[in-house]
Amino acid sequence: MTITAEALAGRGRFPVLRDTWLLFRHDLGATLRQRVGLVFGATQPLLFLVLFGPIFATFGTWETLVPGLILQLGLLSSGMAGFGVVFEKRSGVLERMRVTPASRLALLLGRVLNNAVTLILQTLLLLAAGFAFGLRAPATGLLAGLALVVVLGMSLAALSYAAALTMNEQLFAPVISTVVVPLMLLSGSFLPMSMAPGWLDALSRLSPFRYVLEALRELFAGRYLTGTVGAGVAVTVVFAVVSLAVGTRVIGRVNA
Amino acid sequence: MIETVGLSKTFKGGVEAVGGVDLTVERGEIVGFLGPNGAGKTTTMRMLTTLLPPTSGTATVAGHDLLADPRGVRRRIGYVSQGGGINPVAPPARELELQAMLYGMRREEARARTREVMTRLDLAGLEDRPGGALSGGQRRRFDLAFGMLHRPALLFLDEPTTGLDPQSRANLWDHIRALRDEHGVTVFLTTHYLDEADALCDRLLIIDHGRIVAEGAPAELKTGGRTLDEVFLDITGRSLREEAGV
Repeated sequence: MTITAEALAGRGRFPVLRDTWLLFRHDLGATLRQRVGLVFGATQPLLFLVLFGPIFATFGTWETLVPGLILQLGLLSSGMAGFGVVFEKRSGVLERMRVTPASRLALLLGRVLNNAVTLILQTLLLLAAGFAFGLRAPATGLLAGLALVVVLGMSLAALSYAAALTMNEQLFAPVISTVVVPLMLLSGSFLPMSMAPGWLDALSRLSPFRYVLEALRELFAGRYLTGTVGAGVAVTVVFAVVSLAVGTRVIGRVNA
Repeated sequence: MIETVGLSKTFKGGVEAVGGVDLTVERGEIVGFLGPNGAGKTTTMRMLTTLLPPTSGTATVAGHDLLADPRGVRRRIGYVSQGGGINPVAPPARELELQAMLYGMRREEARARTREVMTRLDLAGLEDRPGGALSGGQRRRFDLAFGMLHRPALLFLDEPTTGLDPQSRANLWDHIRALRDEHGVTVFLTTHYLDEADALCDRLLIIDHGRIVAEGAPAELKTGGRTLDEVFLDITGRSLREEAGV
C-alpha cells in the first residue's frame, strides 16, 4: 500500500477523509476474505439470470434484463449491509469508536465503502455471467452504469445501517427482505414499466429506483447524454445525499 | 475536571433516568460513583462521555463544554463501558492501532503506543489472539488499553472489575492507581463492590433515583463505626422503604 493516510488527508487537513480511509482499510481485509458471503449475496440475481433470462431473451434483450438484475443485486446486497453494524453494536465496538474524535460521517463512510467493494465484485460476477449468455454493451456504458450502481448501493447501505440501528434487531432481516421485493418490482427490474398498465406505471414513478434503472438501461445501450440518464444521475445524487445525512445522524446518535 | 449543573435525562416515554445531577470532580482524583441498579450511573456516564444527549443541564468535561464541543471532550477522555468493546473475531492489538490513528497518531507512533500500552497492562504476546480467545481478565485489560491509549486526562470506567476473579481485580486496581499516581489521570468509575470503592477511591458520590444523595471520602461516610456496606444500604435502602410508604 503506497498511499498513506497522511498523504491522502493532506497532513491532517481533512480529518473526514483520513478517518474514512483508516476505517475503510481496516475492514477491507475482512471484506475480501468473505468470498462465500460475497457469492451467496449475488445468488438470487444469478439464479434469475440463468433460470429466467433465457425465457426473457425470447422476447426481450439481455441489455434490458441485466441492468434490472444489477439493481436487484444492489437492493439485496446493500439492503442487508446493516447486519454488520448490529454485530458491532452488540459487541460494543461501535460505541468504543463513537467515543473517539473520529468524524461521524467517517464512521459511516468507512463501512459503506466496504459494502461498495463487495457490490462491485458481485456486479462484475453478474456481468461476467451475463456476457456468457449474450449480453453485449460498450465499456463506457458499463463503467458509467457501475459508477451509478455503486453510488446507489452506498446510499442503500447507509439507510440499511440507519434501519438496523433504530429498529428491533429481530425484525431487521425479515423487514428488509420484504421491502426489497416491491421496490424491485416497482423499479421495473424484470419487465420494463413501459409494459405496465397506467396505475402501476404511475405508482412506479414514486420509486427512485425506476429512474436509476432506466438510466442504467440507456447506458448499457450506449446512449449517454440523454434526459433519462440525466434524471437517473440526478435522482441517485439526491438519494445519496439524503441517505448519507440520515445514516450519519443515526450513527452519531444511536442509544444502546 | 468534571463540572455538571442540573444534568438530567428523561427517556422517551417519560422515564426520568437522571433528574438534575450537580457534581464536581477535581483533577487527579479517583472518584467512585455508586448507586443501586437503575439509579442512573450508566446514564450519567453516557451523557458525560458524549454518547447520550442530556435532556437538560450543562457540563464541562476535561475543559470542554459537553454540548458545544463534544469533539473536544472526546479528544481528552477515555471511556471503558460496562460490556467493553472487544471485537471477538479480530485481534484487539490491530484495533488498538486503528484507534490510536483515529486519535491522530501516525502509523509508526500508533504501533509504538500500542506496544507500550500492551506491555504496561501485561498483554504483550497476545498480538495475534482474537478477542473471543482471551480470558475475562485479559479482555478487561484490553478494554482499559483502549481507554488509556491516547493518554486521556480523564478516564471513565463503568464497572471495570465486574465478573473478574480476585487476582484480576487487584491487578486492575494497581493499573488504575498507577495511571493516577504516575500520569495524573483523573478517574471516574462506577462499581457495585464497596470494598473496591473503599480501597481505590479518594471520594465517593452516591446516586439514587437519578439524584446525588451522599458525597464524601470513604472515611467521612463511614460514620458511627459502620462499614461502607452499611452506609450504602442505609442511604439507598431508606429511600426504598420511603417509597413503599413504611
